[in-house]
Amino acid sequence: MKRVATVSLAGCFGCHMSLLDIDERILELVKLVEFDRSPVNDLKKFKMRCDIGLVEGGCCNEENVHTLREFRKNCDVLVGVGQCAVMGGLPVMRNAIMHSSDPLRECLETAYFNSPYVYNPTNDIPNDPALPLILDKVYTCPEVVKMDYLIPGCPPSGDVLWQTLTALLNGKPSDLPGEIIRFD
Amino acid sequence: MSKTVVFKIDGVEIRGTSGQTIMEAADKAGIYIPRLCDVEGLDPQGSCRVCTVKVNGRTAASCTQPIADGIEVENETMEIRNFRRDLVRMLFHEGNHLCPCCEASGRCELQALAYRLGILQPDKYPYLQPVRPVDASHPDIMLDTNRCIRCGRCIRASRQLDHKNVFGYIGRGINKQVGVDGKDLAHTDVHIDDKAVALGTCPVGCIIQKRRGFFDAIGQRKFDLHPIGTKEKDS
Repeated sequence: MKRVATVSLAGCFGCHMSLLDIDERILELVKLVEFDRSPVNDLKKFKMRCDIGLVEGGCCNEENVHTLREFRKNCDVLVGVGQCAVMGGLPVMRNAIMHSSDPLRECLETAYFNSPYVYNPTNDIPNDPALPLILDKVYTCPEVVKMDYLIPGCPPSGDVLWQTLTALLNGKPSDLPGEIIRFD
Repeated sequence: MSKTVVFKIDGVEIRGTSGQTIMEAADKAGIYIPRLCDVEGLDPQGSCRVCTVKVNGRTAASCTQPIADGIEVENETMEIRNFRRDLVRMLFHEGNHLCPCCEASGRCELQALAYRLGILQPDKYPYLQPVRPVDASHPDIMLDTNRCIRCGRCIRASRQLDHKNVFGYIGRGINKQVGVDGKDLAHTDVHIDDKAVALGTCPVGCIIQKRRGFFDAIGQRKFDLHPIGTKEKDS
């Protein structure tokens, strides 16, 4: 039985939701794989080495980078799933804020000071030591570690994910989805 | 006096009339050559190079190269396909093409070409993530140059069809951009009914008509129904 780990970094869990779109094929899937660390079973740490790691989302804080490196260390095949992992997706919009030489500051000030519906009487940007340090910009997964495969889509459809998983479980990367891939 | 010209595309004999370009003759014969900067009704510009073919072993842009008797054109070879794929890839990596949040997704020719050419592992080049202006000053039209591929279709449409000169190129090389004839879009004489800002003119989501975003459901959009190159007329 193959072991699969999944994680959502700077993503929206949409790709995990899309995994449920494989519908009743999920019964077949649980016969073939055992889930290690994953939001599906709420395991926070790796129990043992995994065959396949599915990564949703890019890296926007240091905890994301740490988790992604952990996945690279513990997974034989690492797959970036969805536009956020592939090219940054929506979070990457903060890298290129118009007319700003300091996009991160502008992003935080808009979120915590300048937005019309902000209630922030202390005028602070959250800075608790328990919060992971935010990175200067959003990095895609291939910028941080070596990714074996990337599956674009926002999210990749259930069929795309099913085809990806069956191709990798059968050890036939040439069967990875092609024509059904979409970028949105 | 036009006379018939006989030549071959990928070994198939095509008849065209003298004065036609390879692209025009191929379109007439129902053979699709991928393109971005060329669109029916405007003069060809030959700048995107996606329509590059090999004519008797030498590369040429098929939208500008005239046909001649007996020439042998290579269109769908592995070499040309890889060349086009790299060109489209570079366009994706050079701008900020965020398909999930783009109004043009599904009717975007750049995206549709990427599907056609099979760009599935988009990590060959680094993403440049440039910082480019968005001009939302006009009440009906928006210009998001993050998505511009400098095809010049809006520039030619404005000049040749609207006789207005609203759009034009600014800068050179990697800094080349599409700019407007005025302080911003609101200070030009552009109108929502102009051909330059019509839906089919901008191949990507750079020129956006306001209040029309995401008006087609996913699955019902232009290239969802007919992938690019499957109908004779794509634009």
